[in-house]
Amino acid sequence: MFGIERNSSRYPLGINPAVLLAAVFLIAYPLFASDFFTFQIGAYSLILGTIALSLTMLAGYGGMVSLAQMTVAGFAAYLMAILGTNSVGVMGLGWPWWLTVVIAILGAALLSTFIGAIAARTEGIYTIMITLAIAVAFFYFVRQNYQIFNGFTGFAGIKPPTLFGLYWRDPTPFYYLALAIAAFFFLAVRYGARSTFGLGLQAVRDNPRRVRALGINVFLHRIVAYFYAGIIAGTAGVLLVWFNGRVSPGIVGVDMVIDILVIAVVGGMRAPIGPFLGAIAFVLLENFAIDLIDRERFNTVIGLAFLLVVLFSPDGLLGLWRRIESKIRLPRASARLGVRANRGDWHPAGSSERM
Amino acid sequence: MNEPGTAVPRSALPQAGQFALELNSVSRHFGALVAMADIDMTVHAGERRAVLGSNGAGKTTLFNAITGDYPPTSGRVRLFGEDVTYLPVHERIRRGLRRTYQISLLFSGLTVIENIFLACRGVGRGRHSLLRPRRDDGAMEMAETLLHAVHLDDRRDTPVAELSHGQQRQLEVALALSGAPRLILFDEPAAGLSPSERADLVDILQSLPPHVGFILIEHDMDVALRVAERVTMMHNGRIFKQGTPDEIESDPEVQELYLGHGDNGGGRA
Ligand SMILES: Nc1ncnc2c1ncn2[C@@H]1O[C@H](COP(=O)(O)OP(=O)(O)O)[C@@H](O)[C@H]1O
Ligand SMILES: [Mg+2]
Repeated sequence: MFGIERNSSRYPLGINPAVLLAAVFLIAYPLFASDFFTFQIGAYSLILGTIALSLTMLAGYGGMVSLAQMTVAGFAAYLMAILGTNSVGVMGLGWPWWLTVVIAILGAALLSTFIGAIAARTEGIYTIMITLAIAVAFFYFVRQNYQIFNGFTGFAGIKPPTLFGLYWRDPTPFYYLALAIAAFFFLAVRYGARSTFGLGLQAVRDNPRRVRALGINVFLHRIVAYFYAGIIAGTAGVLLVWFNGRVSPGIVGVDMVIDILVIAVVGGMRAPIGPFLGAIAFVLLENFAIDLIDRERFNTVIGLAFLLVVLFSPDGLLGLWRRIESKIRLPRASARLGVRANRGDWHPAGSSERM
Repeated sequence: MNEPGTAVPRSALPQAGQFALELNSVSRHFGALVAMADIDMTVHAGERRAVLGSNGAGKTTLFNAITGDYPPTSGRVRLFGEDVTYLPVHERIRRGLRRTYQISLLFSGLTVIENIFLACRGVGRGRHSLLRPRRDDGAMEMAETLLHAVHLDDRRDTPVAELSHGQQRQLEVALALSGAPRLILFDEPAAGLSPSERADLVDILQSLPPHVGFILIEHDMDVALRVAERVTMMHNGRIFKQGTPDEIESDPEVQELYLGHGDNGGGRA
């Protein structure tokens, strides 16, 4: 379904200078960016990117397009309000922050595993339909349930702790927290892609029937992938509730569910950097398109942007970047492409499921 | 049913460990189509068997029933003495069954060595390991050995999508040799191979250790009769004849149906 990039080592020391530059930029960013840019743009992009990363992991590596990743993140956000402290007077069990965080993430991972157990026996469009149905059902459930989820209103007053003398919702500490978590999961997905589990997951994507014939339990492999995706999305959900300070059904609404899909697709699913590119583009559009057009038209703009990217660069911004890059380094790239063309004259029939 | 006169000596303990495979009136229907009907068949441990028959005779369906890819609609399948009729595919593989596919089924997004490595890990421990395999990992060492055995050393890190047809067929064979196989099902492994690749394949088949049995579907009589101890002929989803290669070759009915008409002759009568 989606080809995955493999790490190239054509750079001195094996480090792509663009990666080094990006790392320096990301670390230095709060030094020159305003609070608004650090928090509303920077940290928020990192959070949405991390949620979309969990979808990229499932879809890009596992061939499973789950629309319920926002639901999983939202569930973690709700658990933070329910188990920890909130200012609404409903639930708020007052657990210590670290226990609340751990249980919220594990709870989200379990929900993700459960969704996986339902969806993993389906493929392609049916996975999309089932996970969308679950996401919609969850939205209506939290909106109507007042005992636990406080219905339409949801919860407010959810705060990160003050630790090491820092209040972690201040823009700069929060940005670094989001950056550290995003970088951790980004590197974990990148490394894990070539682990035994990761190779197995890509094999499941390429050809589930053959995977079974190698002695691997495809269903188990899939739901374990959902578990890990749940850890990623759940952790991002904790950040999201600290970022917003509140959580209500809107966070798990169909709009948000689709936004995550748009971010992942627009960014590109071929590598774990894709969802972060998509998230930056999305957050910039969300914040600045409004200066040019009405709030109501925002979804139209997002929809158009989505359409343009899918039409002109099916592998997203990532693919667009690769094409520009290969134009710049023309001589080397075309030499490589020439070799590929010679070898690529025979195409495998192996990707079909039947026979 | 019972097939006396095979090369395998009778053990002092009757039955125990004697058969790698026992099929008991196995049938497979696809809707109204009867692809395979009432197959009774036994294969001794370590036996080398060829299955012949025209296109559509039900040979691949037979393999699919044995592995569970498409489980039988009726009948029972026993592997190494154990009833596996209701076991999923991966459980049968873990018990020592292997197969190749008539149309290569490979992981086109992964490299050659990654394909073989997965096959070795699939039948061993650590399928869910989050660590990258090291060079001295047991499964990785086995994968390197298999890579060499099928002459793909120089394509080690090539994505499978870039392999030639013949190389993909060789990779199919490598995947089926992973771990400690006890019974391997080869579905037309020589199809589309060059003469020298064919010779390599026959070499591999002949150099398998004696306890490893296999069933080989093959249209090329030269290949099939050279490596097989016994031959099963299928026709219209049923077993039509069984015997030694000599018996089959000289059987007048077989000659009339198949040998006189070339590889794909016969058809569905
Ligand atoms: N998955 C399937 N769905 C429907 N019909 C099938 C399927 N597999 C095989 N058949 C049918 O079963 C019959 C036997 O096919 P097969 O076992 O592939 O023959 P062979 O391998 O001997 O050429 C054919 O008529 C074929 O069309
Ligand atoms: Mg066949």
